[in-house]
This record gives sequence, structure tokens and C-alpha cells, in this order.
Amino acid sequence: MTKVYEKTSMLTDKPFHYCPGCTHGIIHKLVAEVIQELGVAEKTIGVASVGCSVFSYDYFNCDMQQASHGRAPAVATGIKRVHPDSVVFTYQGDGDLASIGTAEIVHAATRGEKITTIFVNNAIYGMTGGQMAPTTLLGQKTTTSPNGRSAEANGYPIRVSEMLATLNGVAYIERVSVHDIKHIIQAKKAIRKAFEAQLSRKGFSLIEVLSTCSTNWGMTPIESLQWLQDEMIPYYPLGIKKEDGAV
Amino acid sequence: MAKVLMKGNEAIAEAAIQAGCRFFFGYPITPQNEIPAYMAKMLPKIGGCFLQAESEVAAINMVYGASGAGARVMTSSSSPGISLKQEGISYIAGAELPCVIVNIVRGGPGLGGIQPAQSDYFQSTKGGGHGDYRLVVLAPSTIQEAVDLVMDGFDIADQYRNPVLILGDGMLGQMMEPIEFGQHRKRVLPEKTWATTGWKGDRPRSIINSLFIDPQELENHNFALQKKYDEIMQHEVKVECYHCEDAEIIVAAYGTTARIIKNVIELAKNEGIKVGMIRPITLWPFPTETFVQVADQEYVKAFLSVEMSMGQMVEDVKLSVNGKKPVYFSGRTGGMVPTPREILAVIKSIKGGME
Repeated sequence: MTKVYEKTSMLTDKPFHYCPGCTHGIIHKLVAEVIQELGVAEKTIGVASVGCSVFSYDYFNCDMQQASHGRAPAVATGIKRVHPDSVVFTYQGDGDLASIGTAEIVHAATRGEKITTIFVNNAIYGMTGGQMAPTTLLGQKTTTSPNGRSAEANGYPIRVSEMLATLNGVAYIERVSVHDIKHIIQAKKAIRKAFEAQLSRKGFSLIEVLSTCSTNWGMTPIESLQWLQDEMIPYYPLGIKKEDGAV
Repeated sequence: MAKVLMKGNEAIAEAAIQAGCRFFFGYPITPQNEIPAYMAKMLPKIGGCFLQAESEVAAINMVYGASGAGARVMTSSSSPGISLKQEGISYIAGAELPCVIVNIVRGGPGLGGIQPAQSDYFQSTKGGGHGDYRLVVLAPSTIQEAVDLVMDGFDIADQYRNPVLILGDGMLGQMMEPIEFGQHRKRVLPEKTWATTGWKGDRPRSIINSLFIDPQELENHNFALQKKYDEIMQHEVKVECYHCEDAEIIVAAYGTTARIIKNVIELAKNEGIKVGMIRPITLWPFPTETFVQVADQEYVKAFLSVEMSMGQMVEDVKLSVNGKKPVYFSGRTGGMVPTPREILAVIKSIKGGME
């Protein structure tokens, strides 16, 4: 029998704890496959953050550090400065990166730290049970915006990729989605480009991945994928925001 | 080796470099700015890395990352900045990472002032961050001692995989004294096999982590930490007993205050009052045994804790003396430094009350 598919060795055999319908699993797989395909698994050090992906150190089959809430880019900076030839990535959600961790991500980006950030944006706090995130869309209901997010009370959802793309230290930023096969393939290409930017020491790279949270959105997995496509992509347009250090 | 005249903050930085520290992450705050400035000048010349972080919060998390990656790493700050680092320090203690943190203490609370103080004793010794953890807290009273403690501090940190805090004050950081490097006795240290250096399958995968979601696992982790702290308490207590023989009044003081007390002891002697001093060099582990032994002496009539605070270490003195003898307190705070004369007056009034 011909082997047509094999799970990447960059993922451990530990079963994911993620909810049914959540796309974290797909994103983990893409990141792991890219690291393996680039042949850099042995020199990769990952940084897990706080949120649903807090246990990612159990899944990525490489040396890992677990960072406090929002501080993964600072932890990654410490690692990369000690081991400049290593490949360092952070895996952060939108609560972690776009709220409590704004200072750390902005400054890691503007310093041009040679690290890669995988930024998973599902427009809500998942692990803590569905609170409003800085990326929650206007009108979106959460436990802390029960009548829907209002611009007057809560301000506007933040577009992290566009904001960071203005910084000189950034080598590559792209926003992708994983709601269907075509976009999953596109997402993997983008993740590869981000790691390649790090390997060629061009500067900081970030891939924002639009993701689902069926549990806290209160939708079926199918409805979630549709909602991502219909509601999130119009506000968070996909595409390259910065390439080769040029806006 | 010849003696050199150096400012306290610069001597602390040089001691760290001589101890093999090659990574420093900091953020500006008075009165410790000479430490990062010295590191910024020196580290790049010797293949190290100085990085001015965007905040104290980021700096301590860079320390976490660098330490987890196996490096000798230091950060320094002053009181309000150390408050900001507390979350990171708790994580570092929880993940059992070695590092040296310097606090050149200034008056508080809040933004406080920039003059010397000892009002961060509680924060340093009682766990400034969350959870059951301990820092080894080293309190030098001279610049030479600061140099020696910084150098040994890195070894202590590596030996026990625990953060070490150097607790100075604005006075110690800013003054100059002649010092000698190279007196440091190196410890035999374990290899950092746990560090994240890239996994080639030749050892277990390294995971730097303080998360234990299963309560039984977390309790076991805390038991293991406590076992380590017990070992530190057993082996690492440092204390100076100064003129304690025959003394009727024992002053407890550390750091800059202890230097002032040495003058007070002379002044008191001239007035016929026998005063001694117990000077904790490790504030944690606290030299409880020394206080117990001295309190048991017939000739000792009273204890007096003198601090540049409103009364913090005095609580540990009371716990150690345990009611055997009365314990008094005298303190100045907010950046005010007590004079020998005013402490002598307190001693005379205690002596008067005894007669």
C-alpha cells in the first residue's frame, strides 16, 4: 500500500484539547508542517501564550517555553538574543496579543526581532468563556458585551496586521484564513514565507490567522466557518500587509 | 588584585559581568540607571547583549526567555519598577529559572521618591508576586559586599534554579568605595540540561513552564519547591554578629542602616551602654537561629530593629525572638536616612526604661 499522508513529526501524539469545530488544530498542523518541511525542527524553540493555546507546548514537538499573558514576544526576544541561530516562534491568540500584550508585540515588531508570530484571531476570549476581545466585531454578542459590542461603549475592533505593517522592523505580515481548503493551502504558504523571512534575518514576521470559536460564538462548526467568511473577512481583509520590509 | 574606586551601581554591573552574565534586559528608573548604562557600554564588547526593553514587564519576561534558554542573565530596577516585575518573578520562580534581579530601593509607596529606603522588605521577602514562592534575598551593606554577593548570587541562582534578589538602596547604588574583584569562590554547578536550546532528540524535550492544571500535580510541584526552599534555609543563611558578646541591647539592621549602626555602637560605648548588632546578610533565608541564640543570652535585655521603613523587618525579628526579650523599632522612611545621634537617643531611652 502506498502511504499518501503522514502526520508531521513536529506534532506530538498528544490529543488536542480543543473544542469540536475549533480551527486551532488546523493551524497547529500548518505551523508544524512548515517547520518540518524547512528542516529547522532541531533548532526551533516555540513560545506558548495564555488562552486556549496555552497547552501548545504539549503539541509542538520541539523545545518550548510557556509565557505569561501577552508577554510571549518578550520571552521570544530573550530566547532569540541568547540563540541567534535558532528559529523562534510565538503562538498567540487575540486576547493575549491584541489586548494585554500590545506593548510587547509592537516593540518586538519595531525592533525587528527575528522571530515569527502566529496570531490566531477568533474575535473572542475562548479559554475564559467567551468575553469580548479587542478584535470582537461591532454588534457581536459576548458575555461582557451581552447586547453586542458598541463603538460608543467599547471602541472599535483592532486590525493588528495593518497596524504592525506600518513599523520599519517588520519583514513580513499577512492575514490568512482557514475556513476552507483553498484558504488553508494559502495559509500554509504564508506561514512558510514568515518563517523564511526569519531564516533570512530580514526582521519580524507575523501571520494573522482568522479562526473560529464555535463554543463561544454559540454556533455549529459549519455555521462558524460561514460566519468567519461572511462577517470577519469583510472587516479583516485577507492578504499580504507587508513583504520584504516594504509597506 | 589592586583595588579600584567604583560607584555602587557600576560595581554591581561589573561584578555581574565577571560572574559570567552576558545578557541584561532593563528599563530606565532612578536611582539604578548606572547599571544598565554600564551594561550597554560593556556587554556588546564581550559578545553579550544589552537590551532596553519597552517596560519593566517586558524586561523581566525577556529574562525569563533568556534564562530558559540557558543564559546567565540579570535585570535591575528600583522599587516601582520591581513592583511591575512581580508577575514575571512569580513565573520565573514557578518555572524554576535562575537569574539575578537587582532592586536599588527608593522611597514609596506609589511613585514615592528617589532617595534611599528599605521599604521593599516585605515585597522582597514575603513574595511580592502571587503564589507560594521564595526569592533568595541578599542585602549588602558595602559596595565590596555587593560585588561579592552579586557574584555568588549567580551561583546560588544556578545551584538551586531559583531567582536571587540583590536588595540595595539608593545610598549603596550612588556612593563610591574602593573594591577588589576576583575574591569570588566558585561553586560546583549542575549542567543546564533543562534549557531550551533546540531539541535534537538526545535528551527529553525541554519545556519551561509554570502551569500545572491538575491540582495534585500543582501541589506536588509546590512540595518540591518547598523542599528546595528548606535546603536553601539550611545552607545559605548569611549573617554578621557585631559586638554581640556582652551586649545588653542588640540592634537588628541590614544594608546601609547597618553601617550607621556601627557608628552608633561606638557612640553608645562612650556613654557606657553595651550595644551589639545582628546584621542579616540574607533577608531570606532570615537568620532566625542567630536571633534565637542571642535572645537566650542572660546579658541581652532588649532588641531594636532599625530600618529605613515604617517597620518591616521588625516582624521577622519579633518572630525570631519569640517573646523572650522585648523588641523595639526605630525607623525613618521616604528617603530620610537616620543619623547616629537620633538612634543613640532611642537606645538611651530603651536603656532608661530598663533601669
